[in-house]
Amino acid sequence: MTSFDLTDGVRSLNQHLQQPHDAATQITAVNAKGKHAVAVGATQLHNITIDGNVGYYCGGMNQHAHIHVKGHAGPGLAENIMSGSVRVTGNAAQYCAASGHGGSVVIEGNASARCGVSMKGVDIVVRGDVGHMSAFMGQSGTLVVCGNAGDALGDSIYEARLYVRGTVKSLGADCVEKDMRAEHKEQLRALLQGAGIDDLAVDEFRRYGSARQLYHFDVDNASAY
Amino acid sequence: MCGIVGLFAKHPQVSEQLGSHIAGMLAQMGERGPDSAGVAIYSDEGDGQKLCFRCQSAQHAEQLMALLSKQLSEVQTRRVARHVVCQTNNPESVLALITTAAPDATLMSSGERMVIFKEAQHPSDFIQDHGFSAMSGSHALGHTRMATESAVTTAGSHPFSTGPDLCLVHNGSLSNHNRLRRLLQRRGVNIQTENDSEVAAGYLSYRMQQGDTLTQALEASLEDLDGFYTFAVGSRDGFAVLRDPIACKPAVLAETEHWVAMASEFRALEQLPGIEHANVWEPEPARVYSWDKNGAVQ
Repeated sequence: MTSFDLTDGVRSLNQHLQQPHDAATQITAVNAKGKHAVAVGATQLHNITIDGNVGYYCGGMNQHAHIHVKGHAGPGLAENIMSGSVRVTGNAAQYCAASGHGGSVVIEGNASARCGVSMKGVDIVVRGDVGHMSAFMGQSGTLVVCGNAGDALGDSIYEARLYVRGTVKSLGADCVEKDMRAEHKEQLRALLQGAGIDDLAVDEFRRYGSARQLYHFDVDNASAY
Repeated sequence: MCGIVGLFAKHPQVSEQLGSHIAGMLAQMGERGPDSAGVAIYSDEGDGQKLCFRCQSAQHAEQLMALLSKQLSEVQTRRVARHVVCQTNNPESVLALITTAAPDATLMSSGERMVIFKEAQHPSDFIQDHGFSAMSGSHALGHTRMATESAVTTAGSHPFSTGPDLCLVHNGSLSNHNRLRRLLQRRGVNIQTENDSEVAAGYLSYRMQQGDTLTQALEASLEDLDGFYTFAVGSRDGFAVLRDPIACKPAVLAETEHWVAMASEFRALEQLPGIEHANVWEPEPARVYSWDKNGAVQ
């Protein structure tokens, strides 16, 4: 077990996360106290526990590491995550998992606006609600919302899959409800199980995705050019 | 960028230490706004009206206090850095005297409870110079400024007040402030700078003069103000928070049974007593959150 006190800054922790090593290590970090860029840029397999609330960009660009924040997270959590996982016991502020390419992000509380904006393959599970413009321009990956979704869910979405258990305040442009087929239920079951959620049934969820109407040039607009 | 903070006390112990809490919160927001800093602090101590004037120097402030004690002996005064806070039952005579005898002194705030201090200096210097740890009160707002829309001057700093006991701090930028400034000025609202946030403060004051509650005025601003913003507004009895419908500018709210706080970032809240058990969340866009002595106002 390696321990880092973040009182004097986050650099020694972040440098450590990029050093090559032979086996997975256990790391704890204390006194995060809302600091920015905690556990950013990990390139190795580590199991990292952060005690307390974090500020902007925690877990950004993560590769391989498993990051567990025991507290709330500020804006830009797990931005551009590539692999590994980020889990937050509290709420996450806006644009969590933005542009995430892979790995998984689990929010035990609520995630606010623009959750999963421009997602490119990341799997996101939110136990509570998500704010407006979530999965905006989502390209790939999944967003699971166990609570409600705010305005303009999935606006201008490409191919990401969105599963929402509660209400959707409104759907964004080109985002539509779709059938839950067996393969979707299977995928959702695995995602919930991976997030440690065992008290919800997949039948309670609805699936949303792209109507694919924004993909192609519409000949009706030809006269505009 | 800018940083904003607000604290509303629900417990006497928090009231007693309000000044040191708001100063600690403001200090954490120095990186978001190194150009200027300001604080509005509300307290019900003393009778009558509070008028706060800012002088050209501490020496001028001492001279102003001597003038007031000589000419208007009922006025109680205290100096805070370059500011002179007057407590009086006759504010008109104080204003009349200062307008003629000390025209360099600028009126920063007036009201039964509110006093505003602000300077174009780094937040850490501002905190050191103004001795907030000795101040108590019911609620306070603070601002650290990274200037975008107008010059780095004390007049362009926040909080902005355009009416008694009312002030506004703003993180963001308004795009229709020139048109709105002209409209408000034609209707008699006194707006002194080219700053966009002062227009928002003037707009809220104008709406409330027309009979709106603070919540109604803020809801109307969603229609009339174009741009991006997180506002915190202080009134005689409480404070309110509003983010624009897109909500790009950050804001975090936290509440315990002893206090309600808002800030641009969590790290400003981190040193508040009991924060580890507080409910912490990001306010929703286009929704007015407000608190007064009776609790949350819906």
